[in-house]
Amino acid sequence: MTDILKVLQVSKNFVKPIDIASKVVNMFGNFYNQEVVHAVDNVSFNVTSGEVVGVVGESGCGKSTLGRMIAGILPLTSGKLDFHDQHYSGFDEGNYKHNSHIDLKIQMIFQDPFSSLNPRQKIIDIISEAPIHHKLISKKDKKYFVKDILNKVGLGTDAMDRFPHQFSGGQRQRIGIARALAVSPEFIVCDESIAALDVSIQAQVINLFLKLRQDLNLTYLFISHDIGVIQHIADRVVVMYLGQIVETASSDEIFSHPNHPYTKALLQGVPTLDTKKKIYTPIKGEIPSPINPPSGCYFHPRCKFSTNKCITDKPSYKEVSPNHFSACHLNS
Amino acid sequence: METILEIKNLKTHFFTKAGLIKAVDDISFKIKKGEIVGLVGESGSGKSITGFSIIGLIDAPGRIVSGSINFKNEPLLNASSNRMQSLRGNRLAMIFQDPMMTLNPVLRIDTQMIETIKAHDKNISNQEAFRRCRDTLGLVGISSPEERMKAYPHQFSGGMRQRVCIAIAMLNKPDLIIADEPTTALDVTIQGQVIYEMQELCKKTGTALLWITHDLAVVAGIASKICVMYAGRIVEQGSVDDIINKPMHPYTIGLIKSVPSQNKRGEPLHQIEGMVPSMLELPIGCAFHDRCTETIENCKIEKPIETNQSDSRVIRCFNFKDIRK
Repeated sequence: MTDILKVLQVSKNFVKPIDIASKVVNMFGNFYNQEVVHAVDNVSFNVTSGEVVGVVGESGCGKSTLGRMIAGILPLTSGKLDFHDQHYSGFDEGNYKHNSHIDLKIQMIFQDPFSSLNPRQKIIDIISEAPIHHKLISKKDKKYFVKDILNKVGLGTDAMDRFPHQFSGGQRQRIGIARALAVSPEFIVCDESIAALDVSIQAQVINLFLKLRQDLNLTYLFISHDIGVIQHIADRVVVMYLGQIVETASSDEIFSHPNHPYTKALLQGVPTLDTKKKIYTPIKGEIPSPINPPSGCYFHPRCKFSTNKCITDKPSYKEVSPNHFSACHLNS
Repeated sequence: METILEIKNLKTHFFTKAGLIKAVDDISFKIKKGEIVGLVGESGSGKSITGFSIIGLIDAPGRIVSGSINFKNEPLLNASSNRMQSLRGNRLAMIFQDPMMTLNPVLRIDTQMIETIKAHDKNISNQEAFRRCRDTLGLVGISSPEERMKAYPHQFSGGMRQRVCIAIAMLNKPDLIIADEPTTALDVTIQGQVIYEMQELCKKTGTALLWITHDLAVVAGIASKICVMYAGRIVEQGSVDDIINKPMHPYTIGLIKSVPSQNKRGEPLHQIEGMVPSMLELPIGCAFHDRCTETIENCKIEKPIETNQSDSRVIRCFNFKDIRK
């Protein structure tokens, strides 16, 4: 198995520039700083071909930002992305260059099937726009082409001449998938792609993902806050907290032997179909603001095992068992 | 145990320009004192409208067409608007899904909380009301409540705001709280905290809780009874054990089987075919028949009626006995 994607020390900062009033005050000796949000902070991992990597974490942990950078729609602040050992994303917005060959091989499916489709375009145009633009198909072939793709995602050919508002949420998500597949990608980033769907429709779309993976030999980066879904489809799981990876391991390993206290708490908090009156033992506190993250280990204010070392030192990210990495002082 | 709420054959219909929408169509259930009841259904199944009907928040073009809602043996449907106002926020309370929208952004938390107490008790002193608010905020797990009461809603995070909403609902120690998807907008770890607080509060105060959700797993751990809704009707109701471990209605069975943790990893999930029908064009007969695996001829012609299996177990299906075997 070869590594299809390498993420090397990728970071993304969002900077809120200081406004003019603060600038004026600064001239008179005050000191207002720019506010910097470290949305993704020094993240590295590899994805092997044919694998499903799940990214879990709470809102604001940077999982969507990471997905967008990998899909090539957000420039990186620092770090490097390699696709098939080919470097593909620039360092800052000024140097950002599109490499359309690689950009087409990585596609993204979005969370909201209602706002991610152009309401004025017919389905046939939504799906065929990108392949025609990139000269993968000619204009006269587009009908056959779209028909074929619609069949793949389980929609009838009569869908072609309709508009997005004529479809239900689950069907729209299928159209979103069809649009991503139209440029024959190898790698798909799914950002909360099933979160907006009804319970009985979710299973249908998950099954479609699994089927397409087999049929087309796709690799997925599956971003979700729903741990049950990740457990079902991911081969490997990346757990993020405040922009950093706290733990990575194979799916079996992480759900049977979670190492990091945050992962443990996250897994415990998931409601299950267990009718025994479960006593929830929640982790205390809120997710800290990424503008002023806590010192040392970011999780220490909420962690029940935290020691003095956790407050001062940042834990190193190391292998605790084969292919199982975790960033916690308890391991040393 | 005495019954707090009894709903019988409730029908809430919406007379829209596009046609008649039977959002709630002939549902009946009971809630006992201190009981937690889960009302589960997909979007558009009428579960929120059931909650709004109880608390009297149905607006035109919607109307409660027939049926009865008895709250502590008092019929709510005939109650005057003054009477409803004195019940709402006092004996009956509601928690909404989105904690960002339910609090007034320009009023401080203490103003909003004290208002709730004073609206129902004119004689209470300001100090006494303040003390009660502070204690209730402490009860829902907000640290240093005295300082936090001076804050505005935007100074709280989502989870904290939902706690404030829970605290406001709990202020007058109501007999029944209707919680409409209270944890859907929250993160997993915060959801755990909120479920935990609600569980504790109901135990301490003896408040009954109607928990409306789309997620069976959330209510499986805390409710003692579950009602499953589909297209405006309760298709199955019973104790948690019965519904989760021995479901009988094909829809409930399908829902439970499609939960990822019930399936083998990487294998295709069990799926319910088709999609949720539009409430404007419900199939004739049983609304579920065209997605059901157990359809018989009768399902396509007639609407199934509710049949009692035992005291607590009610099911709406023609062909469920064969499924159980």
